[in-house]
Amino acid sequence: MRGIITAAGYVPYRRLETKDVSAFFGSGGGRSTRSVASHDEDTTTMGVEAARRALRDGIAVSSLRFATPTPAYVDKNNASTVHAALRLPSSVGAYDVGGSLRSWTGALLGALDGSGQGLVVVADVRDGLPTSADESGCGDAAAAVVVGEGTDDAPVIAELIGRSAATDEFLDRWRTPGDTRSRVWEERFGETRYVTMAAQAFAGVLADAGIEADAVDRLLIAGMHPRAVKAAGAKLSGGRDVLADHVTPAIGQTGGAHPLLLLAAALEEAGPDETIVLLNLADGADAFAFRTTDAIAATSPVDTIADQIATGATLPYAKFLSWRGSVTVEPPRRPAPDRVSSSAAWRNEDWKFGFVASKDPATGAISMPPTRVSRETGAVDEMVAVEMADVLGTVVTFTIDRMAYSPSPPIVFAVVDFDGGGRFPVELTDVDAGDVAIGDRVAMTFRRLFTADGIHDYFWKGRPIRSATSTEEA
Amino acid sequence: MASHGIKDRVAIVAMGCTPFAEQWDKGLDDLIVEAATECFADSRATKDDVDAYWLGTAQGGMSGITLARPLQIDNKPVTRVENYCTTGSEALRAAAYAVASGAYDVAMAVGVEKVKDSGYQGLNAQNPPMDGTQRTLTAAAMFSMVAPAYAKKYGVDPDTMADVLAEIAIKNHYNGARNPRAQFRREVTKETVMKSPRVAGQLGVFDCAGVADGAAAAIVVRAEDAHRYTDSPLYIKALSFAAGSGAGLGDPEYDYTHFPECEAAAIDAYAQAGITDPVAELAMAEVHDCFTPTELVLMEDLGFAERGTAWQAVLDGRFKLDGDLPINPDGGLKSFGHPVGASGLRMIFEAWLQLRGQATPERQLTTTKTKALTHNLGGYPGEMVSFVSVLGTELD
Repeated sequence: MRGIITAAGYVPYRRLETKDVSAFFGSGGGRSTRSVASHDEDTTTMGVEAARRALRDGIAVSSLRFATPTPAYVDKNNASTVHAALRLPSSVGAYDVGGSLRSWTGALLGALDGSGQGLVVVADVRDGLPTSADESGCGDAAAAVVVGEGTDDAPVIAELIGRSAATDEFLDRWRTPGDTRSRVWEERFGETRYVTMAAQAFAGVLADAGIEADAVDRLLIAGMHPRAVKAAGAKLSGGRDVLADHVTPAIGQTGGAHPLLLLAAALEEAGPDETIVLLNLADGADAFAFRTTDAIAATSPVDTIADQIATGATLPYAKFLSWRGSVTVEPPRRPAPDRVSSSAAWRNEDWKFGFVASKDPATGAISMPPTRVSRETGAVDEMVAVEMADVLGTVVTFTIDRMAYSPSPPIVFAVVDFDGGGRFPVELTDVDAGDVAIGDRVAMTFRRLFTADGIHDYFWKGRPIRSATSTEEA
Repeated sequence: MASHGIKDRVAIVAMGCTPFAEQWDKGLDDLIVEAATECFADSRATKDDVDAYWLGTAQGGMSGITLARPLQIDNKPVTRVENYCTTGSEALRAAAYAVASGAYDVAMAVGVEKVKDSGYQGLNAQNPPMDGTQRTLTAAAMFSMVAPAYAKKYGVDPDTMADVLAEIAIKNHYNGARNPRAQFRREVTKETVMKSPRVAGQLGVFDCAGVADGAAAAIVVRAEDAHRYTDSPLYIKALSFAAGSGAGLGDPEYDYTHFPECEAAAIDAYAQAGITDPVAELAMAEVHDCFTPTELVLMEDLGFAERGTAWQAVLDGRFKLDGDLPINPDGGLKSFGHPVGASGLRMIFEAWLQLRGQATPERQLTTTKTKALTHNLGGYPGEMVSFVSVLGTELD
């Protein structure tokens, strides 16, 4: 039976303490924290990071679906960028799916109903006007799952045992293209509709799975209407303790990423033979029922969602406002970068998107960026490609550049020696200028360096490794 | 394979150099005209005598026409060269080799940069279309990694290292204050240097070269013809050049405490000139002090101090005007300013003045030594081009 083979989430490093909002404006905010995408992250880069974690075991996929309500590009296919960063074969189709908070459902269903192993990636960056409920209650994140029949090496860890949909046309939340803020109808109407649709979808998925409500071990409810989510949970849980959610209170509602993020987080904790129902409230309701298999006991997730939540660091509210474009701060007085050449980027796809270096077979020397000519022997075109994106490194020396152009100066820049050979001077990210030291361990991360003429410049940066159970031990 | 050099085969017979400054009222053409006019006035050579021209400008304009138009040169070989911040030195190297080859009797090198029209601080490269993976760091940031690496390798404590770098800035400002053509003609105190705003790493504003507009020019002829044009020529003893492959950026062995390209250029230049003990044989040296740690490391790369000892030599004052080997007696990039394409020729201009006793009395060296060195680099630690010349008033 088809089901989930692997699942992973990505939570950006920064957190906003929403009490800082009222301290700044005298109104708004709350008492929660939310996750904040870095100034160099968008849904594409976060999707790449989630997918890298899902594919860490070298699982092959035959299709890629990328769903986000907040795409970095429209017209241009963002899934192709994710595909390039993951170094997937050209024969793997890569498709963006829709622009609504419900689109991910179609992406998952397409993968589940299809053949082969499908990768589904979701990501969202949730904005709202300063002091709004969305600003404080939402968060940024990404998640990725691989679905399929499973193999001996990569078995299904959660079988799909039921599903249902309840579609209804009603207006609760909307955003016109180009807007960064959503608008919402008054709460009670949406709550009424959503609770009704949630009950319908829940009954449908139980019937499809052939189980009773009391067989459900974990009920995961996602939705951008907090009151409706709460009310649906109260109604459908039947008072049973099945609603545990350590994700939402810590990072906020992450919109189009949230359902699969909740599922990935649940699968990180779940043991064999658990029944998990995932219910999403977005212009109706969708429900999926999974049952975990014995194989889940053999998984040992690294860089878990719980770890990523635990290692976040607070971002000052003023910085949040500038990263989101609500406040424009004085840039360094240097020319803004030129737009990236499309043809040059295409030619160098392996390096730029995949962080693939060259290795001299004669000496073992690694060149970043790759070279065609051997420094030692002069041999031409005898280099072998070597993938460096998952190789960890150590800071040899570093500097802080206060004058260079950056969307969020100053630039923290380090010379990094990679384990097993190779050195590359690289910008660090998710780090404060005073918080870097020689000897720090870093992992590479896919980021958006800048945007010029509407063209996003994607490349790799280094980020300090902070979690004891993260990639360091992988 | 060999670097034979052209020792004593070519002579500089005239030079000119504009003040280096924020010359808002002068364009590229004005700077070229003024440097060239002073150069012609300095010699018995006229524009009609010049057979071929080389223009060094990093970003001032494309092609030889950038020089031919302002000087109104018709149908002569005029070539523009560019090689990062060594651009001006490259113009002279091309002109000297052209004369040494016998292809021309008289050649002229002009270096110019109009930096201050960009509207931005510092230097800004104009790059071809690229794939967006290149570093966007400033030169200051790249060179800022030198100081901590040097201090760590040689056990220099941070306070002492700060003193060393401040001494270099203070020295170059002291010298520049005695040079009417320099951009910054003001001595600075240690406190001023140390309290200046940080630009990158531990480097402050006073660790960085001045950014100025300016031009410089030289006329070269075969050595045997030199006295036709001047009574006191300056003979070229060595012109060396080394371009790195950029491998240093990716080489785990590279430690940011030396510049291999500069060391290679110095070794070649000393071999060409027959110099075995540079401190004993040189009257002075102009070096590429784009940032204070750069000058420190160059003292070792150029053989002016043993590895790991230049910091002490700086504190001992060995490179001051009255030291064993005066470094940057004209103020250097630090206080003379750095119009990219002109700087290499500006360095040679100081050798021209000092060796011929024409520097302003406040900074004129009193020495019986007859040779001087100029060192010019471009690029960054790990990815650099380097030029060294040795010049002298006597034929060996």
